[in-house]
Amino acid sequence: MEQGQIRISHLSKSYGDHTVFEDFSAVFQKGQTTCMMAPSGAGKTTLLRILAGLEKVDSGQIEGLEGLRISMVFQEDRLCENLSASANIRLVRGKKPWGRDKKLEAKISKAMAAVGLGGCEDQPVREFSGGMRQRTALLRALYSEWDVLFLDEPFKGLDEETKELVIEYTKKQCFGKTVIFVTHDRSEAGKMGGRLFKM
Amino acid sequence: MSSTTANKKKKRTIRFWAVAVWLFVWQAVSVWIGQEILLVSPVVVLERLTGLVMETEFWRSIGFSLVRILGGFFLAAAAGILAAGLSAKFERIREFFAPAVMVVKAVPVASFIILVLIWVPSRNLSVVISFLMVFPILYTNVLDGILSTDPKLLEMADVFALPHAVRIRYIYVSQVLPFFRTGCSIGLGLCWKAGVAAEVIGIPDGSIGEKLYNAKVYLNTPDLFAWTVVIVLISLLFEKLFLAMVDGAVIRLERMR
Repeated sequence: MEQGQIRISHLSKSYGDHTVFEDFSAVFQKGQTTCMMAPSGAGKTTLLRILAGLEKVDSGQIEGLEGLRISMVFQEDRLCENLSASANIRLVRGKKPWGRDKKLEAKISKAMAAVGLGGCEDQPVREFSGGMRQRTALLRALYSEWDVLFLDEPFKGLDEETKELVIEYTKKQCFGKTVIFVTHDRSEAGKMGGRLFKM
Repeated sequence: MSSTTANKKKKRTIRFWAVAVWLFVWQAVSVWIGQEILLVSPVVVLERLTGLVMETEFWRSIGFSLVRILGGFFLAAAAGILAAGLSAKFERIREFFAPAVMVVKAVPVASFIILVLIWVPSRNLSVVISFLMVFPILYTNVLDGILSTDPKLLEMADVFALPHAVRIRYIYVSQVLPFFRTGCSIGLGLCWKAGVAAEVIGIPDGSIGEKLYNAKVYLNTPDLFAWTVVIVLISLLFEKLFLAMVDGAVIRLERMR
Protein backbone atom coordinates (compact mmCIF):
# COMPACT_ATOMS: atom_id res chain seq x y z
CA MET A 1 0.00 0.00 0.00
CA GLU A 2 1.20 3.49 -0.76
CA GLN A 3 1.95 5.67 2.30
CA GLY A 4 -0.46 8.39 1.24
CA GLN A 5 -3.59 6.33 0.87
CA ILE A 6 -6.58 5.14 2.83
CA ARG A 7 -7.35 1.77 1.31
CA ILE A 8 -10.58 -0.17 1.76
CA SER A 9 -10.38 -3.78 0.60
CA HIS A 10 -13.19 -6.29 0.11
CA LEU A 11 -15.47 -4.67 2.64
CA SER A 12 -18.77 -6.32 3.52
CA LYS A 13 -21.41 -4.93 5.81
CA SER A 14 -24.99 -6.02 6.40
CA TYR A 15 -27.76 -5.09 8.82
CA GLY A 16 -29.77 -8.29 9.16
CA ASP A 17 -30.96 -9.20 5.65
CA HIS A 18 -30.04 -5.81 4.24
CA THR A 19 -26.64 -5.81 2.59
CA VAL A 20 -25.02 -2.39 2.41
CA PHE A 21 -21.61 -3.43 1.06
CA GLU A 22 -20.46 -6.63 -0.51
CA ASP A 23 -16.82 -6.97 -1.49
CA PHE A 24 -16.47 -3.18 -1.74
CA SER A 25 -13.03 -1.72 -2.36
CA ALA A 26 -11.86 1.86 -2.69
CA VAL A 27 -8.80 4.05 -2.32
CA PHE A 28 -8.75 7.62 -1.00
CA GLN A 29 -5.67 9.77 -1.46
CA LYS A 30 -4.33 11.48 1.63
CA GLY A 31 -3.79 15.22 1.53
CA GLN A 32 -6.71 15.89 -0.75
CA THR A 33 -10.48 16.29 -0.72
CA THR A 34 -12.57 13.44 -2.06
CA CYS A 35 -16.21 14.18 -2.84
CA MET A 36 -18.24 11.02 -2.51
CA MET A 37 -21.49 11.04 -4.48
CA ALA A 38 -24.11 8.33 -4.72
CA PRO A 39 -27.88 7.94 -4.67
CA SER A 40 -29.68 7.71 -1.31
CA GLY A 41 -29.29 4.37 0.42
CA ALA A 42 -26.02 3.55 -1.35
CA GLY A 43 -24.19 3.44 1.99
CA LYS A 44 -22.27 6.74 2.00
CA THR A 45 -23.05 7.50 5.64
CA THR A 46 -22.37 3.89 6.63
CA LEU A 47 -18.98 4.08 4.94
CA LEU A 48 -18.08 7.28 6.81
CA ARG A 49 -19.23 5.69 10.08
CA ILE A 50 -17.08 2.63 9.38
CA LEU A 51 -14.07 4.83 8.60
CA ALA A 52 -14.69 6.85 11.79
CA GLY A 53 -14.71 3.63 13.82
CA LEU A 54 -18.39 3.88 14.76
CA GLU A 55 -19.46 0.72 12.92
CA LYS A 56 -17.81 -2.68 12.71
CA VAL A 57 -17.42 -4.41 9.38
CA ASP A 58 -18.52 -7.99 8.76
CA SER A 59 -15.38 -8.61 6.73
CA GLY A 60 -12.73 -6.70 4.82
CA GLN A 61 -9.85 -4.42 5.69
CA ILE A 62 -9.23 -0.73 6.12
CA GLU A 63 -5.65 0.49 6.02
CA GLY A 64 -4.08 3.90 6.36
CA LEU A 65 -6.12 5.30 9.25
CA GLU A 66 -3.99 3.88 12.04
CA GLY A 67 -2.96 6.54 14.59
CA LEU A 68 -4.67 9.35 12.70
CA ARG A 69 -6.84 11.87 14.55
CA ILE A 70 -10.34 11.92 13.16
CA SER A 71 -12.84 14.71 12.95
CA MET A 72 -16.35 14.59 11.61
CA VAL A 73 -19.48 16.50 10.74
CA PHE A 74 -22.43 14.18 11.26
CA GLN A 75 -25.73 14.37 9.40
CA GLU A 76 -27.20 15.78 12.63
CA ASP A 77 -25.38 18.59 14.43
CA ARG A 78 -24.84 16.65 17.71
CA LEU A 79 -24.16 19.76 19.77
CA CYS A 80 -24.37 20.07 23.55
CA GLU A 81 -27.59 22.03 23.97
CA ASN A 82 -26.67 23.91 27.14
CA LEU A 83 -23.31 25.10 25.96
CA SER A 84 -22.61 28.24 23.99
CA ALA A 85 -21.51 27.98 20.36
CA SER A 86 -17.95 28.89 21.31
CA ALA A 87 -17.95 26.30 24.12
CA ASN A 88 -19.17 23.59 21.75
CA ILE A 89 -16.25 24.34 19.46
CA ARG A 90 -13.76 24.51 22.35
CA LEU A 91 -15.13 21.26 23.77
CA VAL A 92 -13.15 19.20 21.30
CA ARG A 93 -9.89 21.07 21.96
CA GLY A 94 -7.45 20.12 24.67
CA LYS A 95 -8.08 18.63 28.07
CA LYS A 96 -9.54 21.64 29.85
CA PRO A 97 -12.31 23.05 27.69
CA TRP A 98 -13.70 24.98 30.66
CA GLY A 99 -10.53 27.05 30.88
CA ARG A 100 -10.36 30.29 28.92
CA ASP A 101 -7.81 30.53 26.16
CA LYS A 102 -7.95 34.04 24.75
CA LYS A 103 -5.99 33.20 21.61
CA LEU A 104 -8.26 30.29 20.77
CA GLU A 105 -11.36 32.31 21.56
CA ALA A 106 -10.21 35.09 19.23
CA LYS A 107 -9.59 32.51 16.54
CA ILE A 108 -13.03 31.00 17.05
CA SER A 109 -14.68 34.43 16.96
CA LYS A 110 -12.94 35.14 13.67
CA ALA A 111 -14.03 31.77 12.26
CA MET A 112 -17.61 32.30 13.42
CA ALA A 113 -17.70 35.69 11.78
CA ALA A 114 -16.36 34.14 8.55
CA VAL A 115 -19.35 31.77 8.35
CA GLY A 116 -21.92 34.41 9.30
CA LEU A 117 -22.13 33.65 13.02
CA GLY A 118 -20.32 36.76 14.26
CA GLY A 119 -21.52 37.94 17.69
CA CYS A 120 -23.17 34.60 18.53
CA GLU A 121 -20.17 33.12 20.37
CA ASP A 122 -21.73 33.23 23.84
CA GLN A 123 -25.25 32.29 22.81
CA PRO A 124 -26.40 28.80 23.90
CA VAL A 125 -26.86 26.63 20.80
CA ARG A 126 -30.36 25.63 21.90
CA GLU A 127 -31.38 29.13 20.81
CA PHE A 128 -29.87 28.63 17.34
CA SER A 129 -31.70 27.90 14.09
CA GLY A 130 -30.95 24.71 12.16
CA GLY A 131 -28.53 26.48 9.82
CA MET A 132 -26.66 28.14 12.68
CA ARG A 133 -26.32 24.80 14.45
CA GLN A 134 -25.05 23.18 11.26
CA ARG A 135 -22.36 25.84 10.89
CA THR A 136 -21.36 25.49 14.56
CA ALA A 137 -21.00 21.73 14.09
CA LEU A 138 -18.83 22.34 11.02
CA LEU A 139 -16.58 24.77 12.90
CA ARG A 140 -16.29 22.30 15.77
CA ALA A 141 -15.05 19.67 13.32
CA LEU A 142 -12.65 22.09 11.63
CA TYR A 143 -11.26 23.37 14.94
CA SER A 144 -10.59 19.99 16.52
CA GLU A 145 -7.08 18.66 16.02
CA TRP A 146 -7.46 16.33 13.05
CA ASP A 147 -5.58 14.43 10.37
CA VAL A 148 -8.66 13.14 8.54
CA LEU A 149 -11.99 14.92 8.26
CA PHE A 150 -15.26 13.23 7.35
CA LEU A 151 -18.06 15.51 6.21
CA ASP A 152 -21.52 13.99 5.93
CA GLU A 153 -23.67 16.47 4.01
CA PRO A 154 -22.30 19.42 5.99
CA PHE A 155 -24.03 22.14 3.96
CA LYS A 156 -27.50 20.63 4.05
CA GLY A 157 -30.21 23.12 4.97
CA LEU A 158 -28.14 26.26 4.37
CA ASP A 159 -29.51 28.98 2.08
CA GLU A 160 -27.58 29.57 -1.15
CA GLU A 161 -25.80 32.72 -0.02
CA THR A 162 -24.66 31.22 3.30
CA LYS A 163 -23.72 27.99 1.57
CA GLU A 164 -21.36 29.86 -0.78
CA LEU A 165 -19.72 31.55 2.20
CA VAL A 166 -19.39 28.35 4.22
CA ILE A 167 -18.10 26.23 1.32
CA GLU A 168 -15.47 28.85 0.54
CA TYR A 169 -14.35 28.91 4.18
CA THR A 170 -14.34 25.11 4.51
CA LYS A 171 -12.36 24.74 1.30
CA LYS A 172 -9.68 27.09 2.62
CA GLN A 173 -9.45 25.26 5.95
CA CYS A 174 -9.23 21.87 4.25
CA PHE A 175 -6.63 22.75 1.65
CA GLY A 176 -3.90 20.11 1.47
CA LYS A 177 -5.57 17.92 4.07
CA THR A 178 -7.34 14.56 3.92
CA VAL A 179 -11.07 15.15 3.64
CA ILE A 180 -13.84 12.76 2.63
CA PHE A 181 -16.95 14.69 1.81
CA VAL A 182 -20.37 13.16 1.21
CA THR A 183 -23.01 15.05 -0.74
CA HIS A 184 -25.98 14.61 -3.06
CA ASP A 185 -25.48 18.00 -4.56
CA ARG A 186 -23.35 18.15 -7.71
CA SER A 187 -22.80 21.90 -7.39
CA GLU A 188 -21.56 21.52 -3.78
CA ALA A 189 -19.12 18.87 -4.99
CA GLY A 190 -17.97 21.17 -7.77
CA LYS A 191 -17.43 24.09 -5.41
CA MET A 192 -15.51 22.01 -2.87
CA GLY A 193 -13.25 20.73 -5.63
CA GLY A 194 -11.03 17.71 -5.19
CA ARG A 195 -11.49 14.24 -6.59
CA LEU A 196 -14.97 12.99 -7.36
CA PHE A 197 -15.72 9.47 -6.18
CA LYS A 198 -18.93 7.80 -7.32
CA MET A 199 -20.16 4.77 -5.41
CA MET B 1 -40.88 27.00 28.47
CA SER B 2 -42.96 24.30 26.80
CA SER B 3 -46.74 24.32 27.26
CA THR B 4 -46.56 20.92 29.01
CA THR B 5 -44.12 22.24 31.62
CA ALA B 6 -46.23 25.36 32.05
CA ASN B 7 -49.35 23.23 32.57
CA LYS B 8 -47.57 21.05 35.12
CA LYS B 9 -46.42 24.14 37.04
CA LYS B 10 -49.94 25.54 36.92
CA LYS B 11 -51.31 22.28 38.32
CA ARG B 12 -48.81 22.36 41.21
CA THR B 13 -49.17 26.03 42.10
CA ILE B 14 -50.55 26.55 45.61
CA ARG B 15 -52.83 29.59 45.84
CA PHE B 16 -53.19 31.61 49.01
CA TRP B 17 -57.01 31.59 48.80
CA ALA B 18 -57.07 27.75 48.67
CA VAL B 19 -54.90 27.52 51.79
CA ALA B 20 -57.13 30.06 53.53
CA VAL B 21 -60.26 28.06 52.67
CA TRP B 22 -58.72 24.85 54.03
CA LEU B 23 -57.67 26.60 57.24
CA PHE B 24 -61.18 27.99 57.57
CA VAL B 25 -62.69 24.48 57.08
CA TRP B 26 -60.26 23.10 59.69
CA GLN B 27 -61.16 25.85 62.17
CA ALA B 28 -64.91 25.34 61.53
CA VAL B 29 -64.75 21.55 62.00
CA SER B 30 -62.65 21.96 65.14
CA VAL B 31 -65.16 24.46 66.63
CA TRP B 32 -68.03 22.15 65.62
CA ILE B 33 -66.44 19.11 67.32
CA GLY B 34 -65.55 21.26 70.30
CA GLN B 35 -62.97 18.85 71.72
CA GLU B 36 -59.34 19.87 71.39
CA ILE B 37 -58.16 16.35 72.04
CA LEU B 38 -59.89 15.11 68.87
CA LEU B 39 -59.17 18.00 66.55
CA VAL B 40 -57.23 21.02 67.66
CA SER B 41 -57.92 24.32 65.89
CA PRO B 42 -55.29 26.04 63.70
CA VAL B 43 -55.28 29.02 66.06
CA VAL B 44 -54.30 26.82 69.02
CA VAL B 45 -51.63 25.09 66.88
CA LEU B 46 -50.19 28.46 65.98
CA GLU B 47 -50.18 29.50 69.66
CA ARG B 48 -48.42 26.25 70.62
CA LEU B 49 -45.92 26.68 67.81
CA THR B 50 -45.13 30.21 68.98
CA GLY B 51 -44.55 28.81 72.47
CA LEU B 52 -42.32 26.02 71.17
CA VAL B 53 -39.97 28.25 69.16
CA MET B 54 -39.12 30.11 72.37
CA GLU B 55 -37.79 26.91 73.94
CA THR B 56 -34.14 25.88 73.53
CA GLU B 57 -35.21 22.24 73.55
CA PHE B 58 -37.25 22.83 70.39
CA TRP B 59 -34.19 23.93 68.41
CA ARG B 60 -32.09 21.16 69.93
CA SER B 61 -34.62 18.55 68.78
CA ILE B 62 -34.69 20.01 65.29
CA GLY B 63 -30.88 19.97 65.15
CA PHE B 64 -30.77 16.37 66.37
CA SER B 65 -33.21 15.06 63.76
CA LEU B 66 -32.00 17.34 60.94
CA VAL B 67 -28.38 16.18 61.18
CA ARG B 68 -29.32 12.49 61.20
CA ILE B 69 -32.06 12.48 58.58
CA LEU B 70 -30.14 14.69 56.18
CA GLY B 71 -26.98 12.74 56.94
CA GLY B 72 -28.78 9.62 55.73
CA PHE B 73 -30.01 11.50 52.67
CA PHE B 74 -26.54 12.74 51.67
CA LEU B 75 -24.96 9.34 52.25
CA ALA B 76 -27.68 7.78 50.08
CA ALA B 77 -27.18 10.42 47.38
CA ALA B 78 -23.43 9.78 47.26
CA ALA B 79 -23.83 6.00 47.32
CA GLY B 80 -26.68 6.12 44.77
CA ILE B 81 -24.66 8.18 42.28
CA LEU B 82 -21.57 5.98 42.69
CA ALA B 83 -23.54 2.73 42.42
CA ALA B 84 -25.49 4.01 39.41
CA GLY B 85 -22.27 5.04 37.67
CA LEU B 86 -20.74 1.63 38.24
CA SER B 87 -23.96 -0.15 37.24
CA ALA B 88 -24.14 1.82 34.00
CA LYS B 89 -20.57 0.79 33.20
CA PHE B 90 -20.66 -2.83 34.36
CA GLU B 91 -23.64 -5.08 33.61
CA ARG B 92 -22.68 -7.46 36.44
CA ILE B 93 -22.86 -4.69 39.05
CA ARG B 94 -26.30 -3.72 37.75
CA GLU B 95 -27.41 -7.34 38.07
CA PHE B 96 -25.93 -7.46 41.58
CA PHE B 97 -27.82 -4.37 42.76
CA ALA B 98 -31.15 -5.21 41.07
CA PRO B 99 -32.56 -7.67 43.68
CA ALA B 100 -31.32 -5.59 46.64
CA VAL B 101 -32.93 -2.42 45.29
CA MET B 102 -36.16 -4.27 44.54
CA VAL B 103 -36.31 -5.70 48.06
CA VAL B 104 -35.54 -2.35 49.74
CA LYS B 105 -38.29 -0.71 47.67
CA ALA B 106 -40.86 -3.40 48.50
CA VAL B 107 -40.22 -3.97 52.23
CA PRO B 108 -42.45 -1.78 54.47
CA VAL B 109 -40.51 0.93 56.27
CA ALA B 110 -41.85 -0.28 59.67
CA SER B 111 -40.20 -3.69 59.12
CA PHE B 112 -36.89 -1.98 58.40
CA ILE B 113 -37.19 0.25 61.45
CA ILE B 114 -37.78 -2.69 63.81
CA LEU B 115 -35.04 -4.76 62.18
CA VAL B 116 -32.45 -1.97 62.13
CA LEU B 117 -33.27 -1.10 65.75
CA ILE B 118 -31.83 -4.49 66.71
CA TRP B 119 -28.51 -3.66 65.03
CA VAL B 120 -28.11 0.09 65.51
CA PRO B 121 -28.51 2.32 68.61
CA SER B 122 -31.80 4.22 68.46
CA ARG B 123 -30.04 7.61 68.22
CA ASN B 124 -28.64 6.64 64.81
CA LEU B 125 -31.68 4.74 63.57
CA SER B 126 -32.99 7.63 61.46
CA VAL B 127 -29.65 7.85 59.57
CA VAL B 128 -29.97 4.24 58.40
CA ILE B 129 -33.69 4.45 57.63
CA SER B 130 -33.30 7.71 55.73
CA PHE B 131 -30.44 6.11 53.76
CA LEU B 132 -32.48 3.00 52.97
CA MET B 133 -35.45 5.01 51.73
CA VAL B 134 -33.44 7.38 49.55
CA PHE B 135 -30.78 5.07 48.09
CA PRO B 136 -33.06 3.01 45.79
CA ILE B 137 -34.76 6.13 44.44
CA LEU B 138 -31.56 7.98 43.62
CA TYR B 139 -29.84 4.85 42.34
CA THR B 140 -32.71 4.04 39.98
CA ASN B 141 -33.17 7.62 38.79
CA VAL B 142 -29.50 8.31 38.16
CA LEU B 143 -29.06 4.95 36.42
CA ASP B 144 -32.07 5.67 34.19
CA GLY B 145 -30.55 9.05 33.40
CA ILE B 146 -27.16 7.62 32.48
CA LEU B 147 -28.70 4.87 30.36
CA SER B 148 -30.90 7.31 28.48
CA THR B 149 -27.95 9.57 27.57
CA ASP B 150 -28.18 10.47 23.89
CA PRO B 151 -26.08 7.84 22.06
CA LYS B 152 -25.43 10.32 19.26
CA LEU B 153 -23.64 12.64 21.67
CA LEU B 154 -21.61 9.69 22.96
CA GLU B 155 -20.62 8.83 19.39
CA MET B 156 -19.54 12.43 18.90
CA ALA B 157 -17.43 12.13 22.06
CA ASP B 158 -15.86 8.92 20.70
CA VAL B 159 -15.01 10.45 17.33
CA PHE B 160 -13.38 13.50 18.93
CA ALA B 161 -11.76 11.30 21.61
CA LEU B 162 -13.08 13.49 24.43
CA PRO B 163 -11.49 12.73 27.83
CA HIS B 164 -13.72 11.10 30.49
CA ALA B 165 -13.86 14.25 32.63
CA VAL B 166 -15.19 16.27 29.68
CA ARG B 167 -17.79 13.61 28.82
CA ILE B 168 -19.03 13.50 32.41
CA ARG B 169 -19.16 17.22 32.83
CA TYR B 170 -20.70 18.25 29.53
CA ILE B 171 -22.62 15.23 28.28
CA TYR B 172 -23.65 13.08 31.24
CA VAL B 173 -24.32 15.81 33.80
CA SER B 174 -26.83 17.67 31.66
CA GLN B 175 -28.54 14.43 30.59
CA VAL B 176 -28.69 12.89 34.08
CA LEU B 177 -29.59 16.04 35.96
CA PRO B 178 -33.36 16.06 35.43
CA PHE B 179 -33.46 12.45 36.68
CA PHE B 180 -31.26 13.29 39.70
CA ARG B 181 -33.36 16.34 40.52
CA THR B 182 -36.60 14.35 40.46
CA GLY B 183 -34.99 11.66 42.64
CA CYS B 184 -33.86 14.29 45.17
CA SER B 185 -37.29 15.87 45.27
CA ILE B 186 -38.98 12.52 46.01
CA GLY B 187 -36.18 11.36 48.32
CA LEU B 188 -36.17 14.52 50.45
CA GLY B 189 -39.86 14.19 51.23
CA LEU B 190 -39.53 10.50 51.91
CA CYS B 191 -36.46 10.71 54.15
CA TRP B 192 -38.29 13.08 56.53
CA LYS B 193 -41.39 10.89 56.67
CA ALA B 194 -39.43 7.67 57.22
CA GLY B 195 -36.79 9.28 59.46
CA VAL B 196 -39.34 10.74 61.87
CA ALA B 197 -41.33 7.46 61.82
CA ALA B 198 -38.11 5.68 62.84
CA GLU B 199 -37.60 8.15 65.69
CA VAL B 200 -41.18 7.64 66.89
CA ILE B 201 -40.53 3.89 67.12
CA GLY B 202 -36.93 4.10 68.39
CA ILE B 203 -37.61 7.13 70.66
CA PRO B 204 -34.06 8.53 70.80
CA ASP B 205 -33.70 11.22 73.48
CA GLY B 206 -33.99 14.77 72.19
CA SER B 207 -35.37 13.96 68.73
CA ILE B 208 -38.47 15.25 66.94
CA GLY B 209 -39.78 11.66 66.98
CA GLU B 210 -39.56 11.59 70.77
CA LYS B 211 -41.65 14.78 70.94
CA LEU B 212 -44.28 13.23 68.68
CA TYR B 213 -44.26 10.05 70.79
CA ASN B 214 -44.75 12.03 73.98
CA ALA B 215 -47.60 13.98 72.38
CA LYS B 216 -49.26 10.66 71.58
CA VAL B 217 -48.71 9.22 75.09
CA TYR B 218 -50.05 12.33 76.87
CA LEU B 219 -52.81 12.90 74.26
CA ASN B 220 -51.32 16.33 73.66
CA THR B 221 -52.93 17.07 70.29
CA PRO B 222 -51.70 20.71 70.02
CA ASP B 223 -48.09 19.47 70.37
CA LEU B 224 -48.70 16.69 67.84
CA PHE B 225 -50.02 19.17 65.28
CA ALA B 226 -47.38 21.78 66.06
CA TRP B 227 -44.53 19.30 65.60
CA THR B 228 -46.14 17.97 62.42
CA VAL B 229 -46.25 21.50 61.03
CA VAL B 230 -42.58 21.90 61.95
CA ILE B 231 -41.65 18.68 60.13
CA VAL B 232 -43.58 19.73 57.00
CA LEU B 233 -41.99 23.17 57.03
CA ILE B 234 -38.44 21.88 57.47
CA SER B 235 -38.97 19.26 54.78
CA LEU B 236 -40.35 21.80 52.29
CA LEU B 237 -37.75 24.41 53.15
CA PHE B 238 -34.87 22.01 52.75
CA GLU B 239 -36.27 20.61 49.50
CA LYS B 240 -36.55 24.11 48.01
CA LEU B 241 -33.09 25.10 49.24
CA PHE B 242 -31.42 21.92 48.07
CA LEU B 243 -33.03 21.94 44.63
CA ALA B 244 -32.14 25.61 44.18
CA MET B 245 -28.53 24.73 45.06
CA VAL B 246 -28.56 21.84 42.57
CA ASP B 247 -29.92 24.10 39.83
CA GLY B 248 -27.38 26.80 40.59
CA ALA B 249 -24.48 24.35 40.66
CA VAL B 250 -25.50 22.88 37.34
CA ILE B 251 -25.81 26.23 35.64
CA ARG B 252 -22.28 27.06 36.81
CA LEU B 253 -21.01 23.62 35.85
CA GLU B 254 -22.40 23.26 32.38
CA ARG B 255 -22.39 26.85 31.16
CA MET B 256 -19.07 27.38 29.48
CA ARG B 257 -19.26 30.85 28.09
